[in-house]
Amino acid sequence: MIEYILGHYNYWIVIFLMMTGFYIVISRGNMIKKIAGLNIFQVSVFLLYISIGNVRDGTAPIITEGFTVYSNPLPHVLILTAIVVGVATTSLALALVVRIREAYGTIEEDEIHNKDQSL
Amino acid sequence: MIDTILDVTLLAFIAVTAIAILRLRNLFAIIMLFGIFSLLSAGLFVVLDAADVAFTEAAVGAGISTVLLLATLALTKEHEEKIPSHRPWLPLLVVLVTGAALIYGTLDIAPFGSASAPAQTHVAPLYLEQGMAQTGVPNVVTGVLASYRGFDTLGEVTVIFTAGIAVLLLIGGRRRENQTRKEKE
Repeated sequence: MIEYILGHYNYWIVIFLMMTGFYIVISRGNMIKKIAGLNIFQVSVFLLYISIGNVRDGTAPIITEGFTVYSNPLPHVLILTAIVVGVATTSLALALVVRIREAYGTIEEDEIHNKDQSL
Repeated sequence: MIDTILDVTLLAFIAVTAIAILRLRNLFAIIMLFGIFSLLSAGLFVVLDAADVAFTEAAVGAGISTVLLLATLALTKEHEEKIPSHRPWLPLLVVLVTGAALIYGTLDIAPFGSASAPAQTHVAPLYLEQGMAQTGVPNVVTGVLASYRGFDTLGEVTVIFTAGIAVLLLIGGRRRENQTRKEKE
């Protein structure tokens, strides 16, 4: 039982983080908070991949004398790419927030919606 | 054993930080907690044997993302998140249903750390056995990133370039327009 829980603990926490991020994105109106939520979701996906790539008693995939068990290098490569792309998309989202603030004077979704309706 | 303890503790910390980000309304505090969140996950990546990912997450996730968020906060001059007017029952329901479906999906997944999991038996052994001989780089992650999946990295650079141009178009042009308008006045 303990072994089953430890074998799935990482995945459950990752799902919890994923859902926390998702909840922030769909339930909050403030755009900076939404982007923080989106980033939490993103990091949880990174954790999921790295957890899947981990091998018990393995070491980092750098070939060295005296080690035979290495963790899977492929998820690491994919997530390296994803982290950098994630920052690029975050910066684009934040630039949009700055522009929205200039155009509407607010970054709250409800107020932007009201302004659009009253036009 | 120590790996398991660190893994469990760090994941618990990360979960608590995420709850704090959800509950707080002060945007500055949210951004700082997000930096802590990124740094904790970078620590967890080290425990999970992903040293390269940990470097990148600490530098890019905890560093650059936090700075960008702070810069946005400075430009928008917002401090507090306003309380949403409607009750969040529908989002809560969506999140609970999705979460339950995902948990159901993990019930028969290969346990964490298993060496015989499908993810560990496909191309990874090939990279580990032949990567050193074929690319000459002892760090297999670098070898795969720059050599086997080089086009993937080229695509990544394209995405960053596109995002950079888009940010410049969105913010850079606007600033200059404001200046010329002021000069005319």
